[in-house]
Amino acid sequence: MGIVQWATSPFGQVVPIHIAWILIWVFAIAGLAFLVVHAIWARYFAAAEEFSGAPSAAVVATVPAEVPRHSFAARMFHWIMAASMLTLLVTAFLPKVGVRFPWVTYHWIAGAVLTVSIIFHIVHATFFMDFWAIWPDKEDIEDATRRLKRFMGQDAPAPRRFAKYPLENKMYHGAILLTGLAVIVTGVFMMFRVRTAFFPRNPYLFGDMTWGMMYVLHGLAGVSLIALIMIHIYFALRPEKLVITKSMVFGSMPKEYYLEHHDPERWTVEATTSKGASA
Amino acid sequence: MAVIRDVMPAFDLLQPTTAADAQNLLQQHGSDAWVLAGGLDSFDWLKDRIRKPKVVVDLSGVDELRGIRPASDGGVEIGAMTTLTEVVRNPIIKERFGLLSEGAELAASPQIRNQGTLGGNVSQDARCHYYRAGWPCYRAGGNICYADTPEGRNREHAILGADRCVAVNPSDSAPALIALEAKFVIRSSKGERVVEAEDYFIGPGIDITRLNILKPGDLLTAIRIPATWAGAKFYFEKIRDRNVWDFALLNIAAAMKVSGGNIDAARIVVNGAAARPLRLMAVEDAIKGKPANAATGEMAGKLAVEGAVPLQFNAYKIPLMRNLVKRAIGGVEVATWA
Repeated sequence: MGIVQWATSPFGQVVPIHIAWILIWVFAIAGLAFLVVHAIWARYFAAAEEFSGAPSAAVVATVPAEVPRHSFAARMFHWIMAASMLTLLVTAFLPKVGVRFPWVTYHWIAGAVLTVSIIFHIVHATFFMDFWAIWPDKEDIEDATRRLKRFMGQDAPAPRRFAKYPLENKMYHGAILLTGLAVIVTGVFMMFRVRTAFFPRNPYLFGDMTWGMMYVLHGLAGVSLIALIMIHIYFALRPEKLVITKSMVFGSMPKEYYLEHHDPERWTVEATTSKGASA
Repeated sequence: MAVIRDVMPAFDLLQPTTAADAQNLLQQHGSDAWVLAGGLDSFDWLKDRIRKPKVVVDLSGVDELRGIRPASDGGVEIGAMTTLTEVVRNPIIKERFGLLSEGAELAASPQIRNQGTLGGNVSQDARCHYYRAGWPCYRAGGNICYADTPEGRNREHAILGADRCVAVNPSDSAPALIALEAKFVIRSSKGERVVEAEDYFIGPGIDITRLNILKPGDLLTAIRIPATWAGAKFYFEKIRDRNVWDFALLNIAAAMKVSGGNIDAARIVVNGAAARPLRLMAVEDAIKGKPANAATGEMAGKLAVEGAVPLQFNAYKIPLMRNLVKRAIGGVEVATWA
């Protein structure tokens, strides 16, 4: 039993047709195992967060009581993407585990919504947000090294406070970016194989081998998203992360949380008392 | 690819004598088991070596699955292993549920009807030549429909309800049973359950690899026809390329209660148009209270084909279905084929 299912085409060519569906369970169990291990570690073994340095009183005085974190547009994008992603996962994998319903139409519609929302996000993030805020920088690597050394019991200075996004968030964004783009690009081409409102059917757009690889890539990215989404929801619901989760709903986080976890020099906020409006 | 070898792959042949034993064996072997009723669909698959089950459960020795029994409500219960010939010749069915007699009599040839069972006829697999040839299409677990392509041979395929796969249900008895409001009795490890005939069949949107709801371990034991439509006005017509031993291009089964020339109630079912027999509920609602004449048939025919999407070579099915509906309601004379 491999991770790919193969078949013989009418022309005698052995081609991949899709992933082995057992991978659904493999990734679901892997995601669950991560949650259990992390929950145990966080409950019994994790040390309290410790950061070096502290913002000056002058800087603290400029920070508003509610620190804007996500603009309305960014929040709308996040929740639309979340709804479409969950719809895609449910419509893709429930039929494979025995829950029968006519899933294809819901699936490609959710896929189209996801595609449009991601295009919006790319444009919005590139031209209207701090594009580099979500990408790991030199300080992130240095701080990650410090944290790793301290975790291993070695002598190292405490890491600095985070910029707008901790390194873990940035790495997760990178993983979602890769898997998301993989399912979107392959999914758009796969829409040529079914009847949709967008393209005339053309199953001969590619050869059997290319189509097969596309189905396999779509499947692998899809099952990876099972674990990634499980992990994302888990962290969103963890008590110490609820402030961040609430900021994705209401747009802002309290000044105290901001000053405790974030470095005003790395994530500058404007001195305003209004909620929302940040990138 | 499919090469008739006439030598079936090796399998264990299990021959239970009770329905309980048969179901237990099916449960025990799950997806490794193949249910053998009359064998007319099964032997194609086995001799072509496209299906290679480890175990074949032969139901021919299960007497309790045979026979036609009058029910207390005025209906009948037909064992799943009852042959089509027995269904055709049964006087109760002929007199009260003639629609099923007609449908069963038009299936295949006399020899096949002598061997083929009612349970097998409603549970038989799709006849799409690409699928039957063993190509890795959607229905076979793959990711393409070879029939729904610009060059695909799709003259016999679906005009309605297609979802990636465009194969159709080939049964002649199925539409008659749905029109008669039959109920299918299914035995599984969880006990016995009874489903409406129309819910027994599923389209590719629900499960692209099956034509019905039977899962590994399930056994269709009987079909119950209630008295609801006994003696109603029936119409069955099957269109095929040759008049004996052929699958339907389209067939229609209609049961109507008519009083004073007006339709009080009707059930109309078409098969060969989709992956499942299609009950035309919109048509049934539209003709209720209207006279059973050419005008009503004309209106109903147009309504019946709304939403039909022809493939490259089966657009003829749209006027064919329209006329079948028209004839079923208004009578043969209102839509001659000339």
